[in-house]
Amino acid sequence: MIKNIAFVVGLLLSLAAPYLFPTYVTLLAFVWLMVVLSLSWDIIGGQMGYNSFGNIFFFGIGMYVSAVVQRDMFSSGVDRFADVAGGVAVRLSQSEYFISLGVGVVLAAVICVLAAILLGMAILSMRGHYFAICTLGLGIAAGEIASGIDYIGAGSGMVTPIYPEGAGSREAFYYYYFFALSVGTFLLLSKIYKSRFGLVLNAIRDDEDKAEAMGLHTTRYKTIAWSIAAFVLGIAGAGTGNLVGFIDPIDVAFTGATFGVWMILTVILGGKGTLWGPVIGAVIFYATKEFFWTYLLGWQRVALGLLIVVIVVFFPTGIMGWMRERWPHRFGERVEEAS
Amino acid sequence: MTMLEVKNVSKSFGGVRANQDISLNVPEGSIIGLIGPNGSGKTTMFNSVVGYHPIDEGNIRFEGQEISKLRVPEIARLGMLRTFQQTRIYGEMNCMDNMRISAPDEGGGAGLRHLFSSVSAEIDEHAEELLDFVGLHSKRLLLAGNLSFGQQKLLEFAMALMRKPRLLMLDEPTAGINPTLINGLIDRLRRANSEFGITLFVIEHNMRVIMNLAEHIYCLAHGKMLAEGPPEEIQNDQRVVDAYLGAS
Ligand SMILES: Nc1ncnc2c1ncn2[C@@H]1O[C@H](COP(=O)(O)OP(=O)(O)O)[C@@H](O)[C@H]1O
Ligand SMILES: [Mg+2]
Repeated sequence: MIKNIAFVVGLLLSLAAPYLFPTYVTLLAFVWLMVVLSLSWDIIGGQMGYNSFGNIFFFGIGMYVSAVVQRDMFSSGVDRFADVAGGVAVRLSQSEYFISLGVGVVLAAVICVLAAILLGMAILSMRGHYFAICTLGLGIAAGEIASGIDYIGAGSGMVTPIYPEGAGSREAFYYYYFFALSVGTFLLLSKIYKSRFGLVLNAIRDDEDKAEAMGLHTTRYKTIAWSIAAFVLGIAGAGTGNLVGFIDPIDVAFTGATFGVWMILTVILGGKGTLWGPVIGAVIFYATKEFFWTYLLGWQRVALGLLIVVIVVFFPTGIMGWMRERWPHRFGERVEEAS
Repeated sequence: MTMLEVKNVSKSFGGVRANQDISLNVPEGSIIGLIGPNGSGKTTMFNSVVGYHPIDEGNIRFEGQEISKLRVPEIARLGMLRTFQQTRIYGEMNCMDNMRISAPDEGGGAGLRHLFSSVSAEIDEHAEELLDFVGLHSKRLLLAGNLSFGQQKLLEFAMALMRKPRLLMLDEPTAGINPTLINGLIDRLRRANSEFGITLFVIEHNMRVIMNLAEHIYCLAHGKMLAEGPPEEIQNDQRVVDAYLGAS
């Protein structure tokens, strides 16, 4: 009961946030983005036990796919371009903007899923550290390659279309975009984790050799899990390009050193392999990070580095893991005498 | 009718010839034993049969089908399962979930829908029955990793039954089990054979257990087939006695 009330209050507060805290809308949009990234990382990293350092790859791909669709779908003439800080942007009518955005997001998700299937066949047969290192290379290589492609602005980046006038505030729109994506992802995952597939993921995490010996189609299941993460990451990337307004291949798209690492830390902080862990971890981590950037200017990176060490050393099983160790009964672990 | 046929199988690891020219038969419905001193190549034989590693020479047939080139999950799906000497369960999942995920896939046709639906009430019911069968019902909500070694062995056995195999290969099922519980386990193995109709192929180090259980026994020594026959014959075979005495 109390849980439900808290849930409803949280939901209403989140919906009203752009009106209640107008100056923080962009920041709050990023908090939801962080939640989405963490939830999607936990599918592979937490539930399935495959530590991936390359999920940012799909984030960047989604960002570029959508940006290209938005730029090229309706505009071929030079008259449609306008000078903005950082380069030239396309000016679209209201309907053009939202139609191309919609198509861009869908295509971003589809292409990310296809990429996940192809990549999965190549690298999901690797285990443990080999997989982790291979995925690390993936994000770095993608950033370098994107920096060399003129069609997407190469190293000097790409500007996303100008948000149309008369469609409200851009920040608020993308706030709701990421809020909806967070809620959608959360609900999707809570359903998936309760299904047979959730058990499959945990079985692979606990003992993949055993899962194979029991006849499970492990390769197929790993690819599906990786594709679900890629789907969510593609949509997240598509929105982020538009929220930031400018896509730098290494600092915004394939940003392994920030979001790429943060999405892992948030999950460790909150608790790997749990539904709420990534959400809690994302909010706490992002709030703390913002606090450092505001109040410890000049030392913010040092403080963040220390925070990371503290998380890994003192919360190896995360907040949810710690609670589970303390109150195993609350998580359903108990001996039941036969009646 | 022969269910599993191993013919002239050899397997080496570098210079170690773990299995040399091994042949054996497991008839449908039987309980067959495989014994031999430590390091004689018993587990290697199991690993070869279930596709864990490629064999150097020979043929392995399951219900007439050549399986020596198939991969582990493919062989398992044909209806042949193995348990591990070192016991393997899903440690961070509770016993019920360990059982649920061991239920067979309902065919390829149901596909994704089956994958993303929750586990049916019948499966839950069957899981509870089997946990009861091995005496772990009261522990069903505990994490499998928190069970004792012996309890984990029982859970692994129950998981195998859940999968409804036609042939179950058990690697030292009584090792690490409290001696007072061994008779109960023998009884359960027999019932799995007679009531559930599962053919058993059992590696066992404990002579008393295997003499009680198996109707036909193969004995390995130094990677070679030393002797085979019914329990009484094996028990009195001087070569077997020597192999065991010499090894300990
Ligand atoms: N994967 C492996 N790599 C190298 N040597 C192995 C491997 N598996 C088994 N062996 C060797 O093969 C021999 C037989 O081992 P094993 O089949 O485990 O014996 P048993 O199960 O009868 O005790 C031993 O000498 C062992 O060291
Ligand atoms: Mg062995």
